[in-house]
Amino acid sequence: MVRILIPSGALTAGVAARPDLIAIDGGSTDSGPHYLGTGTSKYARSSTKAEWRALMAARARAGVPLVIGTAGTCGADAAVDWMVEITREIAAETGEQLKLAVLKSGQSAESVATALEADRIRPLPPERPITPDLIRACTNIVALAGAEQVGAALATGADIVICGRTTDTAIISALPLMRGCHAGAAWHGAKIGECGALCTTNPQTGVIQIDFDGEGFTVTPMAETARATPHTVSAHMLYENSDPFILHEPGGHLDVTGARYAALDDRRVRVTGSRWVPSDRYTVKLEGARVAGHQSVTLALLRDPRYVANAAQWADDLARRCTAKARARLGRDDFTIELRLIGLNATLGALETARTAPCEIGVLAIATAPTEALAREAARMLNPYLLHHPLTEQEELPTFAFPFSPAEMHRGRIHEFCLHHVMELDDPMQAFRLEVFDIG
Amino acid sequence: MARVSEIAAKVRSKNAGPFWLTIDIFCGSAEAFDRLRGALGDDRVARALGCAPAALKRFDIAELSVIKFSLPRPQVQGSIRDRDMHGASFANLVAELEIEDA
Repeated sequence: MVRILIPSGALTAGVAARPDLIAIDGGSTDSGPHYLGTGTSKYARSSTKAEWRALMAARARAGVPLVIGTAGTCGADAAVDWMVEITREIAAETGEQLKLAVLKSGQSAESVATALEADRIRPLPPERPITPDLIRACTNIVALAGAEQVGAALATGADIVICGRTTDTAIISALPLMRGCHAGAAWHGAKIGECGALCTTNPQTGVIQIDFDGEGFTVTPMAETARATPHTVSAHMLYENSDPFILHEPGGHLDVTGARYAALDDRRVRVTGSRWVPSDRYTVKLEGARVAGHQSVTLALLRDPRYVANAAQWADDLARRCTAKARARLGRDDFTIELRLIGLNATLGALETARTAPCEIGVLAIATAPTEALAREAARMLNPYLLHHPLTEQEELPTFAFPFSPAEMHRGRIHEFCLHHVMELDDPMQAFRLEVFDIG
Repeated sequence: MARVSEIAAKVRSKNAGPFWLTIDIFCGSAEAFDRLRGALGDDRVARALGCAPAALKRFDIAELSVIKFSLPRPQVQGSIRDRDMHGASFANLVAELEIEDA
């Protein structure tokens, strides 16, 4: 049996249960393209350090490896380096001597372009365009490591494994797979456990434990106030998953169509019948982000009831006039000016069906252009319109509320996700780099 | 008439990676599941979400009393025209659909 502890909260009870490994997911694409684009973490360094220090202390008490996947939110090499630096600082402060394995997932544009040329890159649905130029335009490309690469890092005997981008599940499935547990159970249990106690009745309690064996897996929440039930466990397959029965991973896919979920008692669930289906080719998913432009944003507020009632018409007219003026004065049209009306349909745009009358409207005016200077110029041209644009030509100039001076907020360089593909490998380690250090 | 949100226990939406959106309707009972399954045709849900019916993937999961819809994201997550980084608000478009009395 292999016991994996998946924390996101107090760890005392979990450590007492003698796990074989502590695994934590350090990121995802969910916070958007900025983090991969820049190779940075979205979390405060001090928070990351405090939480990682607690995990390192739990690891020392348990005497087992600690693995983090997708370190630094995006798992790019620079974010991994940042996490390694934090780890070194903590080790220096606590006086621990540790063996550290670092798995890097960053891909050079040239290697990905070469794979494209060799017909070793395939699109995933919905299909997105890919060209060598697009690949070279990415500021960061990562490949999602699977159980093989995480397993190679664990096999070094490291105390701590810091991984770049991995699938959410691979950091949990790797050890049970290495030890010969049921492959379908290893991946299925990993998916159920990836978000800690989210698969229980009390998601905020954080820590869960999963025991893997030759036939299935068992989910046990660590907090006394949390219960795992067949419903909470099976429902977690829905979470962030476009298909609740199939999960694609490097080297194959998990099929849970035939899985059986049984309550062992009122808080533990036993799962059997999950199936792992190996693929003919070994592929890893790619993620890439590139610069999409520069942005300056202005927030103005409409409170005059007549302007609130006619805000959409006012905003359309304003955007049209300001865009025309900016095109004429800048002598180009490779920028956009977009107004979103907060209180009307800023969240859902044209899909909004609710028609509730608000008392005020926030006008989020977004200027996007190829350079920072142009984005700032376009935003400054918006300024007088946002302050004084009248609904009709025969009225005194109105004045609207600006919450800030300067009114423009410069967002700098913005990024976009641009790869939705898998890359075929001859050897799972081919696209990854594993380094081992002694620290402390 | 009643809204989906008044019949179901919970409706949520979330990204499934940067290119997909997924919406889970937790009906809460077999009765609510049967009622909503019948009333929420693919065409109607696709129209509410602004996608082609053929692009909508649907899973009716009786064991969980869950109806799940997945679709290519109307705008790629975080792209210039995207308005909702985590895709959390799309659930409201389904939750607010009106269902005829049974």
